[in-house]
Amino acid sequence: MAVDTSLLAEAALRGPAPRRAWRRSPSLIAGGAVLLALVAVGILAPLLLSGPAGTLTGDANLGPGGSHWLGTDPFGRDVLSRALVATRLTLVMSAAATALSFTAGVAVGAGALLAPPRIRQGVLRVVDAAVAFPSLVLALVIAAVLGAGAGSAVVAIGLAGVPGFARLTYNLTQGIATRDFVTTAHLLGVPGPRVITRHVLPNVAGPLLVLLTSSFALALLEISGLSFVGLGVQSPQYDWGRLLNEALPSIYTSPWLVLAPSLMLVLAGAGAMLAGDGLARLVDPRQVHGTPSHTLRRQPAPEAAPADIVDEAAVLDDEAADDAADDAVLVVDGLVVEAAGRRLVDDVSFRVRPGEVVGLVGESGSGKSTIAMAVARLLADGLVAEARTLRLRDLDLLGRPPARRLATELGIVFQDPSATFNPALRLGSQLTEVLRVHLGRSRAAARDAVVAALTEIKVTEPARRLRQHPHELSGGMLQRASIAAALTTGPALLIADEPTTALDVTVQAEVLRQLRRLQREHGTAVLFISHDIGVVGALCDTVLVLRDGVVVDRTTGAALRAGEASHPWTAALLSARPGTRQDEERQFRQLRAQAAGEGMPKEGTA
Amino acid sequence: MTTATAGATPAPVVPGSGHARAAGGSVLDLPWVRFAVRRAGGLVLALALLVTVTFLIVPLLPGDPARAIAGSSATPQAVATIRADLGLDRPLPQRFVEYVSGLAHGDLGTSFRYRVPVSQVVATRLPYTVQLAVPAIALVLVLAIPLGMAVGVLTRGGRRRRLDVAFGAVVGTVAAVPPYVLGTLLVVTFAIGLKLLPPGGAQTPASLVLPILALALGPACAVARVVRAETSSVLEHEFLRTARGRRLPHGRLYLRHALPNLLTGVLTLTGLILTSLLGGTVVIENVFSYPGLGTEIVQAIVSKDYPVIQGIILCVGVLALLVNLLVDVVLGIVDPRTLTGGHHGG
Repeated sequence: MAVDTSLLAEAALRGPAPRRAWRRSPSLIAGGAVLLALVAVGILAPLLLSGPAGTLTGDANLGPGGSHWLGTDPFGRDVLSRALVATRLTLVMSAAATALSFTAGVAVGAGALLAPPRIRQGVLRVVDAAVAFPSLVLALVIAAVLGAGAGSAVVAIGLAGVPGFARLTYNLTQGIATRDFVTTAHLLGVPGPRVITRHVLPNVAGPLLVLLTSSFALALLEISGLSFVGLGVQSPQYDWGRLLNEALPSIYTSPWLVLAPSLMLVLAGAGAMLAGDGLARLVDPRQVHGTPSHTLRRQPAPEAAPADIVDEAAVLDDEAADDAADDAVLVVDGLVVEAAGRRLVDDVSFRVRPGEVVGLVGESGSGKSTIAMAVARLLADGLVAEARTLRLRDLDLLGRPPARRLATELGIVFQDPSATFNPALRLGSQLTEVLRVHLGRSRAAARDAVVAALTEIKVTEPARRLRQHPHELSGGMLQRASIAAALTTGPALLIADEPTTALDVTVQAEVLRQLRRLQREHGTAVLFISHDIGVVGALCDTVLVLRDGVVVDRTTGAALRAGEASHPWTAALLSARPGTRQDEERQFRQLRAQAAGEGMPKEGTA
Repeated sequence: MTTATAGATPAPVVPGSGHARAAGGSVLDLPWVRFAVRRAGGLVLALALLVTVTFLIVPLLPGDPARAIAGSSATPQAVATIRADLGLDRPLPQRFVEYVSGLAHGDLGTSFRYRVPVSQVVATRLPYTVQLAVPAIALVLVLAIPLGMAVGVLTRGGRRRRLDVAFGAVVGTVAAVPPYVLGTLLVVTFAIGLKLLPPGGAQTPASLVLPILALALGPACAVARVVRAETSSVLEHEFLRTARGRRLPHGRLYLRHALPNLLTGVLTLTGLILTSLLGGTVVIENVFSYPGLGTEIVQAIVSKDYPVIQGIILCVGVLALLVNLLVDVVLGIVDPRTLTGGHHGG
């Protein structure tokens, strides 16, 4: 029943769920129905069933069946009727305890927000410390002071729930209080408490409602727990916990006595759980099982197409035709990628020759990264790729290529170094992984190889870097490290998927410079993906210009550097860059790149 | 892997590097030291809160505490003895100081009922509770993490909707059943119905099985839900695509790359669930008439044996703090980022 308050707080900042969204939440409907039914029972049962539930009869200790569905107790009272009648007291006590937790918790949380910083810190620390203790133990303290009884059980469980509500209220309101409309209200002279009631609370209602539901369930189960151990409701009153308590001593002779109160408790707990879950999903759509971006249906064969069709495209494609000789590192022919019937990549064909740098350029959504991921066999769920030929040297990428060859012959550098490194693992274990897992190198040998590669790409203190975690290194350093590591296996092809987009301009230049240098020294073929036609022009030998998944132009880096564009879309992309300032900018970059490479202080590790 | 490099790590400044992370390079900048300092502060505060609360139980009793404790039929002498025992004739601050210094010397007071030191009562009962709680916590983790991860992996990216729905329904329902109801139903089924296991007591290892199951199943399901949700979100992270790009075997991909990352989120919530499991032992011991701290404290509350109540609350409170500390240490090992930042408390 634990509720992640930080999630709820985030949800609150995202704003209210659309009206009538509850219709799409079956668990809320089911849970709500159970709870409503229990409320109805709580109202009606004491009116209708107090006879069979309270009258002593001679039918003592009857098993389930006949006119007593769930049997009778030692005094001849109907067990089911008693469980139903007990609903009212159980619900009323739980509601009272929840109301107490809610009121006091919201007051403490909101009070902490309005209090001067020092008092606020004090209150928050005490609240945090209190949250660390099991609420039932806190409740036992209060029960010890107040003695056993229904009232003290309510107060005990109610007070035990205060820290949770206080913490959530504070987390939620603090997020909202710093937002513009609240600041504005403050500036307009609206008094503090009024700001909270009028402007803040309405915005945190959703998450509080979720917590309210789950703490109602918790209060119900805990109050019943107190009654169960004999510290709550006392005879002759009875709630579900008390019924269970009374049934326990005779559990051998009449085990059916525990059935009715247990069923009611399970029902109430499950109902509140369902309702809370449903509410939480309305408040925070991310909690829906499976995230919306991946609801696409995955088809059985992700990359399945017979590769035996004659290479027709090569005939049409004069560039590919004039060296049909099989020295190409990568052959892509007739690549189609679809997602739910939508074409993301439409009949794309190209080749990468040894030592060649081929650029794919286009706006975001043009399909360039999808092509790269299809080649790397790393397409996201829901994407389906087909091709006539997809081949890395002699390795058929459409079949089931062995993992070892894929891992060692295809190096990949991903876009955002802050997201592509595993935050929990040391850099060393990540960068040496392919060498160790696929090439069987020892830990030491793999480390030495990566240290050498890092030194080559001018990462400072390489041995120390390997012991660090990714968050301790800068983005530029991480990206250079991943380029270096990708080259340690001597891959036939390096796929660089927007390797510098996430970096700032000065760092970009240095990373590109090192990439280009290593590419020349190792003679590695590169498939370079970027939205930046300037970068592509500077780096690539051959360039494919993409638009909406279609190759619209094939040109060369040299042509782009000269500002020549035969195709209007290429020309448009070129002119979208600040044309007159292009040279200035390049000079600027080169200057920075030189500085970054030589005398300037290193990027640091922030 | 840490052992090999441990000797080198304590040196924060590499000579001549000129841009070491911490300009001063003092010990205080080491993540684990900072963690210990920060955590010690919180621990001291929590302990102070705990001691204050247990101390306040007696002064807060409505009316005359000595009269309330002795009962309405007690002789004035009996009431006076109790008053002297509890030091009620002395001013509150002095009593607090005495209480705290007593605790420092391991003196928890004397039980009214048994006429023996409370420390002795706690010492005889505590092992029984630990015997329940530790295996239960272990069982929670052993059940929940593989189950949650397996379901998370199988249902990733919207695969296997039916498994997803079934898992949600079963696990959600079991998680919503309180341990004492689960315990009662387990007794009826396995002890009385099938006669497989003893229904209560603590005589044989077999008699631990049902209480441990009753304690662990609910929290295990709750944790499994969290693990499953965390797994599916971790599997969508880019660094997992990077790991797939290294064409790792499945075991390595999920255990080495996904597991440590989902543990951060899981453990944060698990701390809360495990401390509430400690509260659950109090109730569950009563189902199985198990001679631990839980049955003792309930009897003590009923018979107003306040020194015992105070002692047990203190003891369970300290256990809860230890569980929290343990969770934070494990978090720090698994995900070093949590050592420095501090938003994982809530």
